[in-house]
Amino acid sequence: MNIHEYQGKEILRSYGVTVPNGKVAFTVDEAVNAAKKLGSNVTVVKAQIHAGGRGKAGGVKIAKNLEEVRTYADEILGKTLVTHQTGPEGKEVKRLLIEEGCDIQKEYYIGLVLDRSSSRVTMMGSEEGGTEIEEVAEQNPEKIFKEEIDPVTGLLPYQARRLAFNINIPEESLSKAVKFMMGLYQAFVDKDCSIAEINPLVTTGDGEVLALDAKLNFDDNALFRQKDIVEYRDLDEEDEKEIEASKFDLSYIALDGNIGCMVNGAGLAMATMDIIKHYNGEPANFLDVGGGATAEKVTEAFKIILSDKNVKGIFVNIFGGIMKCDVIAEGVVQATKEVGLTIPLVVRLEGTNVDAGKKILADSGLNITPAESMADGAQKIVALVEQE
Amino acid sequence: MSVFINKDTKVLVQGITGSTALFHTKQMLEYGTKIVAGVTPKKGGTEVEGVPVFNTVKEAVDQTGANASVIYVPAPFAADAIMEAVDADMDLVICITEHIPVMDMVKVKRYMEGKKTRLIGPNCPGVITPEECKIGIMPGYIHKKGHIGVVSRSGTLTYEAVHQLSEAGFGQSSAVGIGGDPVNGTDFIDVLKAFNEDPETEAVMMIGEIGGTAEEEAAEWVKENMTKPVIGFIGGRTAPPGKRMGHAGAIISGGKGTAEEKIRVMNECGIEVAETPSVMGETVIGVLKDKGLYEKCKTH
Repeated sequence: MNIHEYQGKEILRSYGVTVPNGKVAFTVDEAVNAAKKLGSNVTVVKAQIHAGGRGKAGGVKIAKNLEEVRTYADEILGKTLVTHQTGPEGKEVKRLLIEEGCDIQKEYYIGLVLDRSSSRVTMMGSEEGGTEIEEVAEQNPEKIFKEEIDPVTGLLPYQARRLAFNINIPEESLSKAVKFMMGLYQAFVDKDCSIAEINPLVTTGDGEVLALDAKLNFDDNALFRQKDIVEYRDLDEEDEKEIEASKFDLSYIALDGNIGCMVNGAGLAMATMDIIKHYNGEPANFLDVGGGATAEKVTEAFKIILSDKNVKGIFVNIFGGIMKCDVIAEGVVQATKEVGLTIPLVVRLEGTNVDAGKKILADSGLNITPAESMADGAQKIVALVEQE
Repeated sequence: MSVFINKDTKVLVQGITGSTALFHTKQMLEYGTKIVAGVTPKKGGTEVEGVPVFNTVKEAVDQTGANASVIYVPAPFAADAIMEAVDADMDLVICITEHIPVMDMVKVKRYMEGKKTRLIGPNCPGVITPEECKIGIMPGYIHKKGHIGVVSRSGTLTYEAVHQLSEAGFGQSSAVGIGGDPVNGTDFIDVLKAFNEDPETEAVMMIGEIGGTAEEEAAEWVKENMTKPVIGFIGGRTAPPGKRMGHAGAIISGGKGTAEEKIRVMNECGIEVAETPSVMGETVIGVLKDKGLYEKCKTH
């Protein structure tokens, strides 16, 4: 789960990680009032969307007085920002962070991620702040320093110190940088983060260490014990179909194509997208109905697939293991009737009770095209969609 | 012979009184798996499908000599269940549970350092040695005894591969699901090593997917150490970056973990990769012919 920058900074502040003073604003007036209360010489107006690259897209402006705050807030609110992370359709700005400006001396990068090879959380630092870490890794890998963290002890002060020295944080800011890193790690662990990135971390003229930006992502599997994080969820930032799917415990991801897919199992669902593409079709989604799909779940899955107006055909690919093919077939028949399906539907069933399942589909009198294998099904749906 | 489990494996089911566990306990018993004990706290002294239930893993192991455990405990309690089994010195723990928080698994891995237990999973279908022992949730009947080892990060995609092999007449030595999570107990290399040492296994089908670099590392290992042919498949060629494709570990992030990169490295290391999921079996058979193993591996 993602949250906004201002929410991330709220969390970090409670862990003693220093961030600039700031306030969220939903309207232009709120933005001006927030700036008035901050009373700083320079105020930063920042678009709050769940995507990076906001600055380049015109979503971050520096205002020298309240009039400028008003002008910029008015300009950014309601604007659709297109960045390298939003996709071509962009994202509409509905919230602003109004923040005091600061006297930046130098920018750094600090991030925490899970290192999959060592199964440990790793803190990364670089003095190439402001640049994406992937870019630094590509061009100047020697400028990235890492500290692997033992979950028993947590981040140790010497590790934070070593990292701070390695990335050349000035000595007068060193102890503050250590405190910053320790707080960041504690927040990461306590809140079940999957990513925490401070880019840039800055040192200021008066020796302060500040998180100028904050990107926190959370482990969806841990949300059951992170009720306060769930409160931060902003549904405006998520795909409507994905929200609907999550209510029914369906794993759905919207894509750009026109062939809707319904599959059991994540690996098979991915492979189904691949094989559609292999036969020159374009998948409209990833959809894993999971192991315990019922007729109701299948119906909901159909409705979600069909709510995507680009969908011109559906391919159902089921390998019934524990899930029985006859149950799925009944679900498909019921769903087809209930939603009044008018576009081509190809169904490939394999596994437990496959013959019973195929018979149910054949006897239904519905316009369902059976397929003998994944390849056969993919070819059939691609051909049918092309005919349309 | 086989890897990890065989007809003598004595299985303990953790969380045996839950509905999923009950269903699969029946399925495993029907398959012939020797289930000797179950554990559910506060249900000790009862029986499920003729299997005695204990309050703690330690007690169950002491009383029954169980040496492998399978975990169906719900995600919030699953990490604790794994560690309880590790503490009881089980040889093997197979965790079926999905949606375990990553931070819990980081702790589990640390806890397991220096301990004898092998963990498989979490978020996996389990392990099967056809016609001997089935531990997990896979449909038993699609598997046939034979000489192809199968190792995979995905459940249903494994069934797809096994089904293709069995239909074509090529049985399997064992099929191991290592799970779709970013932190897991056993990785591709561990399983490849086991298959390499298993006299019954003649070739290995390795099924990976986007996310992480486990397939690349395994490919390098194969190039250096493996004496048997390995055939691959990678799911998620069309997956968009930054999106988690169902499995917690299946995500392309920072340009890393793409299918193209994995396939490129695997090819470089001498692993033939099936072009589509529907030709996984065919690709294996093609390689067996090339290596003169066709007759040896054709089981039915």
